[in-house]
Amino acid sequence: MILLDRVTKKYNRSGPALERISLHVEPKEFVIIVGPSGAGKSTLLKLLTREEKPTSGKIIVGGIDYETLKDKEIPLLRRKIGVVFQDFKLLPNKTVWENVAFALEIVGMGNKEIDHTVPRVLDIVGLKGKEKRMPRELSGGERQRVAIARAIVRQPRILIADEPTGNLDPKHAWDVIRVLEKINRFGTTVLLTTHNQEIVNKLKRRVITIQDGTVVSDRANAEYHA
Amino acid sequence: MMRRIVRTGILNFIRNAWLGIAAMAVMVITLTIILFSVIANATFANTIQTITDRIDISVYIKDEVTSKQLDGLITQVRGLENVRDVNFVTKDEALKVYRQQNANNPELLQAISQTENPLPASLQIRPKDPNRIESIRTFLEKPEIKALQSDETSYSGDRKAAIDKITSATNFFQRAGIAGVIVFAVISMLIIFNTIQMAIFNRRDELTIMRLLGASTNFIRGPFIVESIMYGVVSGLVSITIVRSLFSISAKTFEASSLGLLDIQFSNQYFSRHFWLFLLLQLLVGIFIGALSSLIATRRYLKFKTSK
Repeated sequence: MILLDRVTKKYNRSGPALERISLHVEPKEFVIIVGPSGAGKSTLLKLLTREEKPTSGKIIVGGIDYETLKDKEIPLLRRKIGVVFQDFKLLPNKTVWENVAFALEIVGMGNKEIDHTVPRVLDIVGLKGKEKRMPRELSGGERQRVAIARAIVRQPRILIADEPTGNLDPKHAWDVIRVLEKINRFGTTVLLTTHNQEIVNKLKRRVITIQDGTVVSDRANAEYHA
Repeated sequence: MMRRIVRTGILNFIRNAWLGIAAMAVMVITLTIILFSVIANATFANTIQTITDRIDISVYIKDEVTSKQLDGLITQVRGLENVRDVNFVTKDEALKVYRQQNANNPELLQAISQTENPLPASLQIRPKDPNRIESIRTFLEKPEIKALQSDETSYSGDRKAAIDKITSATNFFQRAGIAGVIVFAVISMLIIFNTIQMAIFNRRDELTIMRLLGASTNFIRGPFIVESIMYGVVSGLVSITIVRSLFSISAKTFEASSLGLLDIQFSNQYFSRHFWLFLLLQLLVGIFIGALSSLIATRRYLKFKTSK
């Protein structure tokens, strides 16, 4: 599903942000990426969403080889990957419903189908009844679940969650993690980055540790101690 | 998809209306100048035509010329190139006209009625192009034609000078109009460009999110273009309303009068006659300016870029 082969990313400053990273993620896997700040986790995800291009190395996601991907095709790629951000990135002037529906409008889905799809997704993330709220009226955890709803509404095969619990208290953080697990059970590959030891240790999933731009460990059912 | 883009564009236009006022104001000026140039141009052309119509060449005929000779002459003149029409004025008609022209001068009338009609019959030749009467002149100067004439041919030279003046004035106004249109069109494009840029800047977070969600460039760009097309449409409507009210005010103020070359009445009629055409022209030009400037603005600032 996701394949990275000796991927290196250098910014102009000093050393490389990522150095010769090789990774393989199977379909339907739930993978947690951990590591200290500045280790290169966010860079890795930005390479996957094509916000950044690698300096060298090969990236293949869902059968798309990034080397041959044209700029024009980037929107099509992003529609296949759901992304959840630490700062939610919701549209502040739109309601919960509109935020989720927006992801479908972009791809040109008809209004009828949108009306049919959005409630089901809001139900999955546990936001039924809050369709008309504005993002500012919601708690952090609720906002993040709106963001997740938006990320999965197009049924992507891959969901990338970049520190989705970073701004949340433990209770809300777990709400979000439970939703991610649920989505994973439905068959979506989930890639999660986090700092939260407790979450990592309780989930007992494959854990990839990145430090100074390289993979230092990659173990199944692993625990993590910073 | 298209409907969504248009709807978003119109919504943004309403929300941004305040920001867009400067853009629309300049656009209104541009469109108004264009409209006035077109109307002024037509009015000048009309004035020239009116004066040109009055230009003629008078050929005075000797009394002893037979009607057969006269018919021959008329046929020959008609056959010349650049002759629009030929009108024969008999001695009696000439006298009648003379009497009318001098109705206030009883002494002259008295004097003229005491003798036999001293006025010659004449041919009034109207040229197609008053600037190219050389061929007609050459014909009339031929000795055998000259022999039929009682007086020197009159070429109404003073009128030709007047026409030359009007023509050069018209050319000047035309050039000034074109220059003005270009200058204001460029200014309004720059301002719309700036307005759209500001709108993009104001909504940069939203645009980033749209990007990350996989919105295509056209989906992001479309609403901005629709928005500036709306500037064009509104400006076109405002401009034609302004021009229309100016005409209805001026028509009352300068009733039936002419301000030198500018025949207000004709302008007014010309405007009303082609109202719908002008409305269409205003809208098209407005839409063109709006679309072009926002295309450039969005092209520069919404380009898809991935850093390497």
